[in-house]
Amino acid sequence: MGRLGTIARRTFLIGTGLVAGGLAVGYYYYRKPYPNPLEGELAGGEATFNPYVKIAPDNTITLIAPRAEMGQGVATTLAALVAEELDVRLDQVIVEHGPAGHAYANTTMLEEGGPFAHFDESTVAELMRSGMAVAGKFLGMQGTGGSTSIVDGFDRMRQAGAAAREVLKLAAANRLGVDAASLWTSDGIVTDPASGKTFPYGALAQEAAALAPPAEIRLREKSEWKILGKPQKRIDMRAKVTGAPIFGIDVRLPDMLFATLRMNPYRGGPIAGLDAADAERMRGVVKVVKVETGIANGFAVIADNSWRAFRAADAVRAEWGKGSYPADSAGIRQVLETALKEGDVSYGRDDGNVETAFADAPRERIVEADYSVPYLAHATMEPMNATAQLKDGRLDIWAPNQMPTMVRQLAAAAVGIATDNCFVHTTYLGGGFGRRGDIDYAIYAAVVARETGGRPVQVTWTREEDMQQDMYRPAALGRFRARLGEDGLPVAVDMRIAAPSIIGSLLPRYFPSISPIGPDKSITDGSANQPYTIENYRVGSIKAPVSVPVGFWRSVGNSFNGFFHEGFMDEIAVAGGLDPLELRRRLMAAHPTAVNVVDKVGAMSRWGEKLPPGRAKGFAFTLSFGTWVAQVVQVADVGGRIRIEKVWCAADPGQVMDPAIFEAQMMSGIVYGLSSAIGEEITFADGAVQQSNFHDYTPMRMHQCPQIEVGILETAHRMGGAGEPGTPPSIPALANAIHALTGKRIRSMPLSKEVEFV
Amino acid sequence: MKLNVNGREHEIDVEPEMPLLWALRDALDIRGPKFGCGIAQCGACTVFIDGAPVRSCSVTVGEVSGAVTTIEGLAADGRLHPVQQAWIDEQVAQCGYCQAGQIMTAVALLQAVPEPTDEDIDNAMSGNLCRCGTYPRIRAAIKRAASATAGA
Repeated sequence: MGRLGTIARRTFLIGTGLVAGGLAVGYYYYRKPYPNPLEGELAGGEATFNPYVKIAPDNTITLIAPRAEMGQGVATTLAALVAEELDVRLDQVIVEHGPAGHAYANTTMLEEGGPFAHFDESTVAELMRSGMAVAGKFLGMQGTGGSTSIVDGFDRMRQAGAAAREVLKLAAANRLGVDAASLWTSDGIVTDPASGKTFPYGALAQEAAALAPPAEIRLREKSEWKILGKPQKRIDMRAKVTGAPIFGIDVRLPDMLFATLRMNPYRGGPIAGLDAADAERMRGVVKVVKVETGIANGFAVIADNSWRAFRAADAVRAEWGKGSYPADSAGIRQVLETALKEGDVSYGRDDGNVETAFADAPRERIVEADYSVPYLAHATMEPMNATAQLKDGRLDIWAPNQMPTMVRQLAAAAVGIATDNCFVHTTYLGGGFGRRGDIDYAIYAAVVARETGGRPVQVTWTREEDMQQDMYRPAALGRFRARLGEDGLPVAVDMRIAAPSIIGSLLPRYFPSISPIGPDKSITDGSANQPYTIENYRVGSIKAPVSVPVGFWRSVGNSFNGFFHEGFMDEIAVAGGLDPLELRRRLMAAHPTAVNVVDKVGAMSRWGEKLPPGRAKGFAFTLSFGTWVAQVVQVADVGGRIRIEKVWCAADPGQVMDPAIFEAQMMSGIVYGLSSAIGEEITFADGAVQQSNFHDYTPMRMHQCPQIEVGILETAHRMGGAGEPGTPPSIPALANAIHALTGKRIRSMPLSKEVEFV
Repeated sequence: MKLNVNGREHEIDVEPEMPLLWALRDALDIRGPKFGCGIAQCGACTVFIDGAPVRSCSVTVGEVSGAVTTIEGLAADGRLHPVQQAWIDEQVAQCGYCQAGQIMTAVALLQAVPEPTDEDIDNAMSGNLCRCGTYPRIRAAIKRAASATAGA
């Protein structure tokens, strides 16, 4: 018991306080259960108030936004949450990611990892969520993913700002001998209106940091917000338009070496032979070393320049042992087919009695369809990389990554040092999309750093390596049937989806001692948890045993279930002779938020108005990551090819902290989804991935990108995310639009296999 | 070997077949041009040689005889280039990794076609990939920069 029990009780009490007291703050929260990671790294004269705020005597105010900035704007909005309560302007502060620390645990990421739909507020679901949150704190996992950063930080970051503000006022009050409540704060200054005296925060910081904040601080009401809810200038914009060296690949350290990797293209296979003699004689090459881990096996070339390392890697002769999965896409497909037919099904949703409902169904009332999606690469613009230095028992890792505490733990373990002796420096990420939620690149860099005699080494992957050593979005198959009633509405829907399990792939990579048991909820995310009411409604998942490494790809299971569920719903609407929006209004009538976004996007897109010949619209809806999103895609026939002309998106995340950034995230999610729909696919032949670069893995380009209009609603009663929910409905909305235009129902991705896009 | 970058002469000792990108990044520490693909498919490494945009990953140092301009050389006298300013005004960048290349290509477009149509923008910008989907805001920023320049 002891410490764990104490923490649990405190966590619980604080949790209760938050609910009962509205927005009360216990200052203790900021000091326990984990130490403040900033304590150890203060510059001279700097004071820290909690893990999120540092203030220097010269009034330099540093806010910690401990989530990976991969483009989603999180650094700006997390800082805005603190700034709102701290009473500083965003252009007045420095925003840093900060060190890896359990104090920065993302509890929401685990909470929403439970098996309950977002709209399920049953007691069990709520208890489960709070239980998972406690577990999150114990595990102390600092991570960015699941579109959780702002939901997770909404109270915590504002509390951090408020707690710091209050002690700054107290310090001023002590000097003046007045009541702190009589003082004003704004723009980083405490003002005593009675005397007209002012104190910059920097002048008070040292004294203030030693004071305990009041036990309860009321957070400001929405109506009082000056920064939140309004578009802010991103804090990273200037650096990003001037080419500033802010990414992992830009890290430069004294005496640094440059390396690259070639890992076995037969994923998971061993090294059968290695001849590096020619490579090691090439200019600039320091040495060639084996990199053998539980994740992959291969070699690194260490040199004095990245290109020299790339070139020498081409000169290494390697023989590779085979992987343990079927050698080509057809063989992999066969495993999925078999799983779909014969595998163990676990039901994420089972309303009514589907079997009975289909038993006596007349043939003409049944709709059936099979859907499929391929493996997909993340293809972040910045290829995977990490820089590592192992010297005197201390390991430093500079890496664009989404999981700093996991990097710290596992990179340290890979080189046999204690976790406490590993220091992670999270840079800006040149794209994440879930790829950098894996940490293979950091572990490899740590292993390479063992070979450099204490010199730092930057390990940069080529694009080919990045493409062929990805942790892919799983391939998936779905088999669906519906029974329609006399009114055209479905009385029974039966869905069965087979895919390799992400957690079943990820755990053995990083935690081989933990065996993944039980169903994988992500296989039916986007199908089993949608706010439709159908009398008999069953959604089952089957884990398909394919050992190709898979991982989190923007919107995860929703990325294919959105396509499956909403493609099939469109088929139901067509078969039942119902307008697709009307079908959704009726089936989601129990959830006004869903109906709101359906109506909103209908109005934005003038749904139902007659279009000129050669144009058509398609609709889809997905609730994911707590955000309710409806989209309409308009396509045009351009000489037999399809142009995606326009996308309308209505989204309701409950509350929006920054409408401009939220809009950008919806646009981004849509482009990412459509990009996959019009031309992305990873295939296997002879045991290896066939695609290697952007000539054969072809993301959307400027001339293919539609206009995008985003409408925001704030009616949902719980807050949702921004980074991912734009993606899932974009794909089926496009497929449904193509059906409306051409009569061709495409049930397999990418759609470019059956129609040609501009 | 001599290389003129952003108005400065550099003497570097590298193989003539080294791509300009890597000479800039790893030999000269000029890190604005980014490595994205290595085969002129993504445009993240775009720089100017004598004012013309090139993919620096696919031009060898030995081939370079003119003056090289990188994103670091766009701003003059501490003032951002109008295209960079338009990027800020439209809040274009997300992850930002491709944006140095996007901006360089856009600057070249506007030098050649001061008031580009949507089709001009498509033609000029389609060699530059962005995985964050900033294309609509890039288009808006190019139009904003065009009208700012036209008004000046």
